[in-house]
Amino acid sequence: MTRNFAAWPIILLLTVLSLPLFIMYLFLLVDTFSNTAPGSLLPNEFTLEHWRFLIDPTITGDVWKPTLTTVIFSASLMIIVVSVSATAGYALSRLALPFRRFVLSGIMVMHAFPSVTLIIGVFLVLQFAGLYNSLTGVILVKASLMLPFGIWIMKGFYDAVPWEIEMAGVQDGASRFTVWRRIILPQVKPGLLSLALFAFIDGWSEYMLPRILAPSSDFEVLSMYLNTVSDPNSSTYNFNIFKSVGLFYTLPVLALFVLFQNRLMNIFGGGTKG
Amino acid sequence: MQISINNFTKTFDGTPVIDDMNLTIRDGEMLALLGPSGCGKSTTLFTISGIHRMDKGQLMFGDRDVSGLPSQKRNVGVVFQNYALYPHMNVFENIAFPLTVRKDNKADIDREVRAIAALTHISELLERRPGQLSGGQQQRVALARALVRKPDVLLLDEPLANLDAKLRLEMRSEIRRIQLETGITAVLVTHDQVEAMSMCDRIAIMKKGEIVQIDTPADMYSNPRTSFVAGFLGNPPISFLSGIAMENSFSVAPIKLRVPLGAHEGIADGTQLKLGVRPEHFGPEGDIAVEGKIAFAETQGRENLYDVALADGSVLRSIQPAGRNWALGDTVRWFIDSKSAFVFSDDGRRL
Ligand SMILES: Nc1ncnc2c1ncn2[C@@H]1O[C@H](COP(=O)(O)OP(=O)(O)OP(=O)(O)O)[C@@H](O)[C@H]1O
Ligand SMILES: [Mg+2]
Repeated sequence: MTRNFAAWPIILLLTVLSLPLFIMYLFLLVDTFSNTAPGSLLPNEFTLEHWRFLIDPTITGDVWKPTLTTVIFSASLMIIVVSVSATAGYALSRLALPFRRFVLSGIMVMHAFPSVTLIIGVFLVLQFAGLYNSLTGVILVKASLMLPFGIWIMKGFYDAVPWEIEMAGVQDGASRFTVWRRIILPQVKPGLLSLALFAFIDGWSEYMLPRILAPSSDFEVLSMYLNTVSDPNSSTYNFNIFKSVGLFYTLPVLALFVLFQNRLMNIFGGGTKG
Repeated sequence: MQISINNFTKTFDGTPVIDDMNLTIRDGEMLALLGPSGCGKSTTLFTISGIHRMDKGQLMFGDRDVSGLPSQKRNVGVVFQNYALYPHMNVFENIAFPLTVRKDNKADIDREVRAIAALTHISELLERRPGQLSGGQQQRVALARALVRKPDVLLLDEPLANLDAKLRLEMRSEIRRIQLETGITAVLVTHDQVEAMSMCDRIAIMKKGEIVQIDTPADMYSNPRTSFVAGFLGNPPISFLSGIAMENSFSVAPIKLRVPLGAHEGIADGTQLKLGVRPEHFGPEGDIAVEGKIAFAETQGRENLYDVALADGSVLRSIQPAGRNWALGDTVRWFIDSKSAFVFSDDGRRL
């Protein structure tokens, strides 16, 4: 790539602008590994005690069970959203379905709808289906709230695949399903990957739905756990432990983002990449 | 294999696109579907392939009626205008795809793919991805993929439209060579008359969903049935004069032009007529004198191209060997070769 302008002024500007954020994160990181004397700015001793919650359930309660629950929650969400979006997006993009326009505009409306406003209806449905207060229920609700977004994104990726490629596959003797699986699906792989990441991260950070739809159940996701830890009125309250748990909670998201940031940006580019 | 289309009718959203078409493609021949944009060439092609269904009519491959069969069961090879290669597969996998779908065994697939790659001269490209190929190479791959299944008929939708001029020339003869070597029945869709004339055994000229004339290139050129056909074939194109019949002559009164109608006697005086004169039949030699001014001159190297404006404003085109040159604005007295001129009725029928 040839540049027709110098890059460093922009980099400098961005650095200056993000400096406060960066410093805050740095302090967060340092604080979790050290103790600071009251009134002082700089830490005076290195310690691992704030991370002991990882092995010692007596400090804030067992952290690994909520972690596992969160992984299950996010992974199921990812699987449901990706598989339904991959098939529904294709159908909406390519097949002459009855009520196609109606379904499309329905998806648009759902996409634009703030999910909180649906909560009462969702609550009633869950109650009726006997899924209130269960992990399955929360997963299903969260997945269906994400699906309009996922289907819409995948439809966009499918729309960008040339019609001729598909017809060529059919002419070559392959069934529509084979064409979809062997020819079309590989073309939208970037879209699937970014959608999977989005779904996972979204599930990871979900707090409200488990809180509302499973308030008295025996499972707990990490966001709820963090909330318990952060309660200043609790007997075990320790600001540094709260920071460590927070970091522990953020770490997977950060890692995913660092690993796949190019892929994630793909979702906004419509997926037309050679 | 002989392909016949009988009484084919197709309507898109209430607009008739093809109306009661009959067409037979002979075994082993290469037929061009030639016509202006939107006349239904691709529609016809994709109906043969099975992508479009006929509203009415019958499609026969040999003596098998395939009208109701889906694309997958028709054994048709198609080359799309943009080649439609599978971007995530390399050339070998692209060509092998139709065979893997058919679940041939691996050794057979390997042998078939290499044989067809040798025929299309892409043996050394088998490991590459489509994105790493030039336009001409992509087209060879598309041809190989279409041919590897030994289809009953090969369909080509404007296969040369995306190539630059030099490659187009090369691929023109390459496609023809491959078609002749395999002896496959082929249909080529194009709106370029040079392509149609140079590559095909016969040309079917289409206009608004109808086949106007179907003939060999030479016959079509020397014996067009309508003024539309005459105007479509030939580069530079034919020019037309409007006039009336007068005492067994074609007459344009304002410029005192009279061209004897010869064989077409008995046309009532005053009937509106059109005279078609090909550029090679108008020049310093001939039998009917016409006076005019050079309104346009173009040097093409071996030949020069002139537009001669007549006194009444109509224009005759002429092509002359380079050497004796005329300049813009020169007044010339040239001649129409009356025996080679075509006479058309006012509605375009050849008389
Ligand atoms: N899927 C479709 N839906 C509606 N109308 C269509 C469809 N496909 C083609 N048409 C119409 O049918 C007519 C013939 O189209 P067709 O593609 O066969 O033309 P063509 O001769 O191939 O033209 P070109 O040289 O531009 O490719 C056009 O008027 C076109 O608008
Ligand atoms: Mg076309």
